[in-house]
Amino acid sequence: MADLITPELVDLNLTATERGDATRSLAERLQASGRVTDLEQFLADVRAREAQMPTGIEGGIGIPHCRSVAVVEPTLGFGRSTQGIDWGAADGPAHLIFLIAAPEGGGSEHMAILAKLARKLIHASFRDSLLQAPDPEAVVTIVKKEVLGQ
Amino acid sequence: MKIVAVTSCPTGIAHTYMAAEALEQAAKDAGHEIHVETQGAAGAEAVADADIAAADAVVFAADVEVRNRERFAGKPLVQTSVKRAINDPTGLIAEAEAAVKAAPVAATATPTAGGGDAGRPVAPTRTGGGGGGGGGGAAAFGTQLRGWLMTGVSYMIPFVAAGGILIALGFLLGGGAVKPKVYGGTFEGVTYQAITDYTQVVQKAGWAGLLFLIGATAFSMLVPILAGFIAYAMADRPGLVPGIVAGLLANLVGAGFLGGLVGGLLAGAIAMYLVRLKVPRALAGIMPIVVIPLVATLLSGFLMVVVIGKPIAAAQTGLTNWLNGLSGSNAVLLGLLLGLMMGFDLGGPVNKVAYTFGLAALASGNTQVMAAVMAAGMVPPLGMALATVLRKHLFSDAERKAGETAWLLGASFITEGAIPFAAADPIRVIPATMAGGAVTGALSMAFKCGSRAPHGGIWVIGLIEKPLLWFLAIVIGVAVSAALVITLKSLGHRASDEEIEAGMEGTSLPGRRAATA
Repeated sequence: MADLITPELVDLNLTATERGDATRSLAERLQASGRVTDLEQFLADVRAREAQMPTGIEGGIGIPHCRSVAVVEPTLGFGRSTQGIDWGAADGPAHLIFLIAAPEGGGSEHMAILAKLARKLIHASFRDSLLQAPDPEAVVTIVKKEVLGQ
Repeated sequence: MKIVAVTSCPTGIAHTYMAAEALEQAAKDAGHEIHVETQGAAGAEAVADADIAAADAVVFAADVEVRNRERFAGKPLVQTSVKRAINDPTGLIAEAEAAVKAAPVAATATPTAGGGDAGRPVAPTRTGGGGGGGGGGAAAFGTQLRGWLMTGVSYMIPFVAAGGILIALGFLLGGGAVKPKVYGGTFEGVTYQAITDYTQVVQKAGWAGLLFLIGATAFSMLVPILAGFIAYAMADRPGLVPGIVAGLLANLVGAGFLGGLVGGLLAGAIAMYLVRLKVPRALAGIMPIVVIPLVATLLSGFLMVVVIGKPIAAAQTGLTNWLNGLSGSNAVLLGLLLGLMMGFDLGGPVNKVAYTFGLAALASGNTQVMAAVMAAGMVPPLGMALATVLRKHLFSDAERKAGETAWLLGASFITEGAIPFAAADPIRVIPATMAGGAVTGALSMAFKCGSRAPHGGIWVIGLIEKPLLWFLAIVIGVAVSAALVITLKSLGHRASDEEIEAGMEGTSLPGRRAATA
């Protein structure tokens, strides 16, 4: 199984100001690394989930995600936005964007990793360390340590 | 305190687990023990039955249907969205504490409006999205009752549409003789034998006969489906069997849709009671699939046949004798009474008495009674169809769709076309269908119209005597019926109806939603 996240999948200076643009720019990274086969299909699946209910949660977090046939490996794309992007949470814009891509019909060990990741997201210490991470490599290290215990 | 919780969300890969984590943290911080079942994509590790049994409170943080929720029956419940659990887990745990304190009282209290229905015992109601109740006990019950009826109606409407249109096509292509050709009877002096081997239907009654047979078969499911899904709305899956059987028995004892309505509510109430019953753990596993359907079906079936069936039969005999006594008197009054009866239960027992009376009159050579009965029977669907066109906002989306087919059904003298409207809101619709039928029945008699056909509506216009006046009688009755239903609905129009509709849409297909989660 490929790594959940690599430095190429991290963007610490998201310039997009809108949910759809931000998702697309992260999704393009997933496509470039070969984890997403069909960008438009993937984005449509993310939009469909987002349309059911915005995925933003309090504490400045947006979690666009989907299960999609266009996804090859369970993957996390991570973006950080200084000015913040409205992600539908009541308390303000999101600064940390987690794009979670799950393959359709992925095995339970895939899903278990994503479940562990999701559980980490609500911990303030995890968020803070990501907010302060100096470079993409640091983000990867934090995620691997916290989620995979590596 | 011991808490068990279920979290679930549409995709099942993110919020389900975040909510679980948040709840576990908050419960730990507050010094409680918690077991969370994450119904997500990684497969749900079910909470142990022993943990459920030991739990003081249940928390559902779920945006999709909680699977196997009957396991948690009888515990104080806090139900909310998955996001609420992520954003405010501490508040949610506090709510669970409050629910436990309030539990003995809460069993009779009305659900609190707003975010979570604190303290409501687990009951698989499908009405309203989240805490849609509000207001006083009576108002909340009224809203709930209407939600149940609307669920039944929404499942019934396709049967009315499919069956009704096929029957109408049968009449259109085969004329008035199509019905006796299939089911036996006399038409225009010719007596037909009922078909016994239905594979012969095309040879004996033509393609029109086949259409009629299929349509009539779909129609025969109308009351069972109505009753079944009323009970389903009340008690979830355990209510379905007793409800459907109560509806079939309503057909059997000739209780019509009102009988089905009562039967569905009875079956649902019994199943709902049994679902909430605390039983030994050994028995709990077979409750929903064996015990509840068995006991609820037996009880509601007994009530339908013995308690409801007999008085209906007696009432029918009484009404028939009474009508026979009236025969010699004022013809217009007779038409008015027959019209009232035709519009009352729309194919039910009272309607049948009036119709049979018309048939008997026709057999003895009196065509006027038959004309009045047929005209009055055409009014209810037509009146409702007109009302849905004139005042769209007074009707739900499902009712407006039913209105579109009701034109054809009414024109074909298929009075049942008005049942979706009457079942959803009997108190406002039935007076309107009765009034319209009465006006038309009386006018038809006053105009001395006649009909040599016992059914067929507009498609047997060639067998109607004084067709233009007969048509006029119908138009006036339809106008009266539509005006009255619009007035009654405007007086009692509740803004909350839209809400119920929205709630229903969201919950009507739990299976499919769970599958995509």
